[in-house]
Amino acid sequence: MLMRRASIRFSPALATGVLAAGVLATASATLPTQTSIAAEGEIYHPMLVTRTGPFASAASGVSSGQQDYFALVNANGGIDGVKIKWEECEFGYKTPRALECYERFRGKWKIVYPNSTPVIFALSKRLTEDKVLGINLAGGRSESTDGTTFPYLSPVILNFWSQAASTIRYIAQQEGGEAKLKGRKIAFVHLDNAYGRQPFPIFDALAKKFGFEWKSWPLAWPALEQSAAWVDIARRFRADWAIQWNYGQSCNVPMTEMKKVGFPIEKFVGTLWCGSEEDVTPAGDLAKGYVSANYHGVGLDFPVIQEIIKKVHDQGKGNIDRKRVGTVAYNRGVLTGIIIVEAFRNAIKSAGMPLDGKKVRDGFRMIKLDKKRLKELGAEGLLPELVFSATYHGGIEPQLFQRWDGKTWTTISDWVPPYEDVVKSEIKRAAAEYKKQTKQ
Amino acid sequence: MALPDARTQLPQVLQRDMRYLPGSLDRLALFLLVGFFLLVPPFLGDYWLKGILVPMLILSIAALGLNVLTGYAGLISLGQAAFMAIGAFAGVIAYGRYGIPIPLTLLLAGLTAALVGAVVGTPSLRIKGLYLLVATLAAQFIIVWTIQRVPWIGAASMVTINTPPVFIGAWEIDTALEQYYFSLAVAAVLTLFAWNLTRSRVGRAWMAIRDHDVAARVMGISMLRYKLLAFMVSAFYGGIAGALVVFAWVGAANVQEYELELSIQLLGMIIIGGLGSILGSYLGAAFIALLPIAISIGMHNLYGIVGGEIVSAAVLANAEHVVFGVLIVLFLIFEPLGLAHIWRRFSSRFEFRLGSAVRT
Repeated sequence: MLMRRASIRFSPALATGVLAAGVLATASATLPTQTSIAAEGEIYHPMLVTRTGPFASAASGVSSGQQDYFALVNANGGIDGVKIKWEECEFGYKTPRALECYERFRGKWKIVYPNSTPVIFALSKRLTEDKVLGINLAGGRSESTDGTTFPYLSPVILNFWSQAASTIRYIAQQEGGEAKLKGRKIAFVHLDNAYGRQPFPIFDALAKKFGFEWKSWPLAWPALEQSAAWVDIARRFRADWAIQWNYGQSCNVPMTEMKKVGFPIEKFVGTLWCGSEEDVTPAGDLAKGYVSANYHGVGLDFPVIQEIIKKVHDQGKGNIDRKRVGTVAYNRGVLTGIIIVEAFRNAIKSAGMPLDGKKVRDGFRMIKLDKKRLKELGAEGLLPELVFSATYHGGIEPQLFQRWDGKTWTTISDWVPPYEDVVKSEIKRAAAEYKKQTKQ
Repeated sequence: MALPDARTQLPQVLQRDMRYLPGSLDRLALFLLVGFFLLVPPFLGDYWLKGILVPMLILSIAALGLNVLTGYAGLISLGQAAFMAIGAFAGVIAYGRYGIPIPLTLLLAGLTAALVGAVVGTPSLRIKGLYLLVATLAAQFIIVWTIQRVPWIGAASMVTINTPPVFIGAWEIDTALEQYYFSLAVAAVLTLFAWNLTRSRVGRAWMAIRDHDVAARVMGISMLRYKLLAFMVSAFYGGIAGALVVFAWVGAANVQEYELELSIQLLGMIIIGGLGSILGSYLGAAFIALLPIAISIGMHNLYGIVGGEIVSAAVLANAEHVVFGVLIVLFLIFEPLGLAHIWRRFSSRFEFRLGSAVRT
């Protein structure tokens, strides 16, 4: 009885209090806070980040890597004196929250990198209206390589189709040339979603071209149970090679299964999204000798990373646990930071401050990271040469291949380019379909 | 002499029950609410419209549909997000591929979802409670899986279909304000419809089924008709909400946005808001969809004011989930009947005081 009376008095008060606090807090978002006012001659750069939820472990490294590189640029006096001030908006890999974040900072975005393909799709209309470039490295919309059809989207490096084509070329190299692919059997183990099905058209085209046979083993998310697929691959299909297109936790499941069915790990290649430390450590010793693709160099042996350690982390200004510097996710962040800063630099040089989305997009299209420029930036071997234009937004680049020795990744190949003609014809087809959908 | 109105013959209690708004405070609140939703938005920025109000309206419609099913008819479902997906794809195909006008497209999206809803609802004739929950869970997965598989739908490559510019007649809906009023109009029509439906013979049949299905059957209520109707109405609302996601919010239909998580969220909305309450669907949608954002912004600003060096951004992001979780638990402990019940109690207490003040 007492409880009941207490609740009657308490709950409307609680409800009003919470709702009022909520409204006030939301309303205060429209007011500028101390942190969001960028000083004169500063670039204010909002960032979409994922620091909570199932994808946080890798995604946080990517965000922090970018921030460490921005901190390095700032420590070196900025981009010709212009410093970068970043601010995070946490969306936890949830698309509706990312849309809300986008609206919260609308008009202030310079370049949007959600590190989430669904978010890029959901934002694409808004980005085009607002003239802000959305990038998603080695992901996003594969056909946004075509800068004419997608003026405000870009996969930057290696769209999904290039990843698939380059992986086939790597296998051909291991076999001793494309001619040797004839009659070979390739098993494709993949998540049964949009991401996992991306390689299909490329494999179809290449199988026809080189005469190999491929078969798909789709796995339902989260794909932690793959034994049936592997028994089938090893015993019935008797694959010569196997390729995995998993994500997150499902990446390390094949190591155990292959051991059980006796499929040799040397004949197994992972996608670059199964190529970070977090993806293999759970498999322990079974992952030794596993080869995966990657779009960048790994480790600490790059002048730019050394400089970050010296000028950012040693000064106590690091944005991440020092132990994670040099991991795959972190290096992805640093190279993304390099690309964003290059876009800023070009934009300032050609259009001047203050920057906006369109100026940065134009700056992005002027990016020319050749050997010389990469050396100047201390990023030689960290990322492939990149040259963008108004019609080419990146996406057809080579991959590196790396081997896991139980503790670290070692790069074991040169840059392996994709089969450009196959990738290009797929881009052309998909861009045309998009135009038809949106009645352009 | 005029015939005596049947209604005046009813006992006073029933007359009171049949009124749309029982109390004068309810009428005042509704008046203020309608005024706010109609007049204030032009003065709000795009952030409030696109970031807050439009998604809230869309989620409210979906929650309202689920509330008809779960709150009124007592049939629990974890498949509402899948019906939204059906609506989204039916809408984008009807409008984008066949150029059917938007109002008809919305209707078509709702009807397609309702049709599937009728199929999904058939197990409810034999099973209920947790078993039905599992059956609808299966529907959630099968529907999303099918959308990705059927080549005709065209979502195979990237599971996303973009919409062409949205026109109603010659009027292009492209600014945030237009999208808001468009969603508001749809939400208003659907809310009125649900309001009347739940107070009608159909609504009473649903409530009878909810409260005791055997007794309801004995009284001659057709289980087949009313249970399937509940599923169809619920799916219809979900379908329209899904189509609005495409035409008034995101501009694309994307399968990955309609996963199980959204279904669970929608169920959470009506539980927090109040089962069997129209108002509750709106309050619950606001609570589940907006409170995390409010907490995040509030903490973000606090962080800015405090100075930023003390806590890391990651701690802040995680704290949002903790605060939100604690609030849900608190609300369920102190008001298990939902937010709508808080309002009902508050307004009836107010009426009572008003009544006694008049008497003395």
